[in-house]
Amino acid sequence: MTSVQHGAPPSPSRGADGTGTRPPDPRERARARRSQMLSRLDIRTSPYLFIAPFFLLFGVFGLFPLLYTVWVSLHDWSLIGGNEGFAGLDNYVRLVGDEKFWNALYNTLGIFVIAVIPQLLLALLLADTLNRRIRFANVFRMTLILPYITSIAALAIVFSTVFGGEQFGLINQMLTAIGLDPIAWRGDRYWSWTAIAVMIDWRWTGYNALIYLAAMQSIPKDVYEAADLDGASRMRQFVQITIPLLRPTIIFTVIISTIGQMQLFTEPTIFAASLGYAGGNQGQFQTVMMLVFQETFNYQNFGYAAAVSWVLFLLVVFMGLINVWLTSRIRGAQ
Amino acid sequence: MTATTTQPPAPPRPPGHRRRPARGRPGGSLRRMRQATPLTYFALILTFVLSVFPLWWMFVVATRTTTAASQFPPVLVPGGNFLNNVGRLFENTSANFMTGMMNSIIASTTVAVSVVFFCSLAGFALAKLRFKGRAFFTVAVVITMAVPVQIGLVPLLILMDWIGWRGELPAVIVPFMVSGFGVFMMRQYVLQTIPDDLMEAARIDGCSTFRIYWSVVLPALRPAMVVLGLLTFMQTWNEFIWALAVLTPENPTVQFSIQQLNQSAFARDFALMFTGATFATLPLLIIFFVFGRQLVGRIMEGAIKA
Repeated sequence: MTSVQHGAPPSPSRGADGTGTRPPDPRERARARRSQMLSRLDIRTSPYLFIAPFFLLFGVFGLFPLLYTVWVSLHDWSLIGGNEGFAGLDNYVRLVGDEKFWNALYNTLGIFVIAVIPQLLLALLLADTLNRRIRFANVFRMTLILPYITSIAALAIVFSTVFGGEQFGLINQMLTAIGLDPIAWRGDRYWSWTAIAVMIDWRWTGYNALIYLAAMQSIPKDVYEAADLDGASRMRQFVQITIPLLRPTIIFTVIISTIGQMQLFTEPTIFAASLGYAGGNQGQFQTVMMLVFQETFNYQNFGYAAAVSWVLFLLVVFMGLINVWLTSRIRGAQ
Repeated sequence: MTATTTQPPAPPRPPGHRRRPARGRPGGSLRRMRQATPLTYFALILTFVLSVFPLWWMFVVATRTTTAASQFPPVLVPGGNFLNNVGRLFENTSANFMTGMMNSIIASTTVAVSVVFFCSLAGFALAKLRFKGRAFFTVAVVITMAVPVQIGLVPLLILMDWIGWRGELPAVIVPFMVSGFGVFMMRQYVLQTIPDDLMEAARIDGCSTFRIYWSVVLPALRPAMVVLGLLTFMQTWNEFIWALAVLTPENPTVQFSIQQLNQSAFARDFALMFTGATFATLPLLIIFFVFGRQLVGRIMEGAIKA
């Protein structure tokens, strides 16, 4: 990585001696002129040198791979053989008819829905709870982001154990203890979604609550006072004042969650344990990103994996645009 | 990776604003805030318990034997087996945990330092220097923040093959050495904290542009740099997907290493897994306890501008 740092900072000493004293003798005057020239060069080129590292590195490791995905997706490409020839749209044709792809998409969207809706509702309630005069406000606020800062992989391991099979998992033991049947957390599609959604929500609810709290605190208090005078109940104030005023923030969090959750990978992969990228013995919780990994590493099918990636990318962009469109419509209506 | 997109792209406030007394404390104009009810505290304490329990339980199981993970009611008191578990963890041949820890420390530190340096440099240029295309480049930075680059995983692997970094540590460092979020955050911060006069004065004193950056801008940016550095460190430490794709079990990061334990097809050793998980979380917890308030402030500031 040192090689990258080389190009960035121009010599700090450049032009440092060019102060404005007027030198009488010609040699000093020549030096002054040279330092002036250097300083002009410095002013002209420095801005580009300063932004160059960002754009170079982003170009090579961000933009290039993204665009190259399209190229790879139009080829038969394997790990060992490399490029094995142009395939046209074959990979995309395969994708449209691939049950596994649709299954993965269904899982990804399904987990997204059952995770995000309760998460954002809970976050709103939590923010409202915190938006009061309370003791230890700072402790409780810190608690909210504690899950957010932890290691995703580590906590996915912990939760996978909590949602373990019949004799291991805490939750199943609890269920057995109160006389209920244990749940097949991995075997059943919807229970597996639930377990994964719990991991996601444990991590993100507090973070979103904190964002909502900040937005709530910027609502002027007299709005509520007026509502108090009109005799509106707390519940009514929350629904009719707080939520409408928070709408831009809520949409912002929905966008962020969408972008993140469409690429869901870590939690379900760790939850699957030894089944790896398959996401359950019948792909009950295989997400699109897991399918990309499975095609890449288990089947060495780079071309097809790239096609799946590219479709996922378009999907993320598409959902982002829908969100932006919604936002602008709501902003326009206000 | 996700944390890049999870931070709302909004500028920090000037330092003076930060020291407002925390809300929720009695007094002043805040007296009108609603009172807390017992239900409020019940909800908050429940949240506290739910947030802390998985972490505490992780640590407790790490101090006991594997059967502790499947005891009900859950064990809540640490046992005496921690050092034994640590020993087994570091000797485990499939996890290569020591290598993983070292790799993660090196990668996270390098990436954090480099992101802070390159992003403040670019942010400074975009905020204060006049040059052709400045507006274009600024917009370009904002756009890069919205692009989910990790989707280019397969070609990035091919690229790493070409460079010869597949399985090597630089593969998880170099692609993360800059961040659009960082550039934008730094740009906003420079705009708000560095007056033009200060720049002019330095210029008249004959400072080169880099000298201005180094001696004028960097010292003023320190609070923002700390936050950006911490966020970047945490994010790199946490990175899982790309490490799993490009590294090998022989040369993993710490997150990859604990997945090796998790993946074993035979009887899984929970005490071992949880000890690894504890180590994988530890640096993040330390950062949290030292800088948690700043991070809370950062998230809340971002939200208002969003």
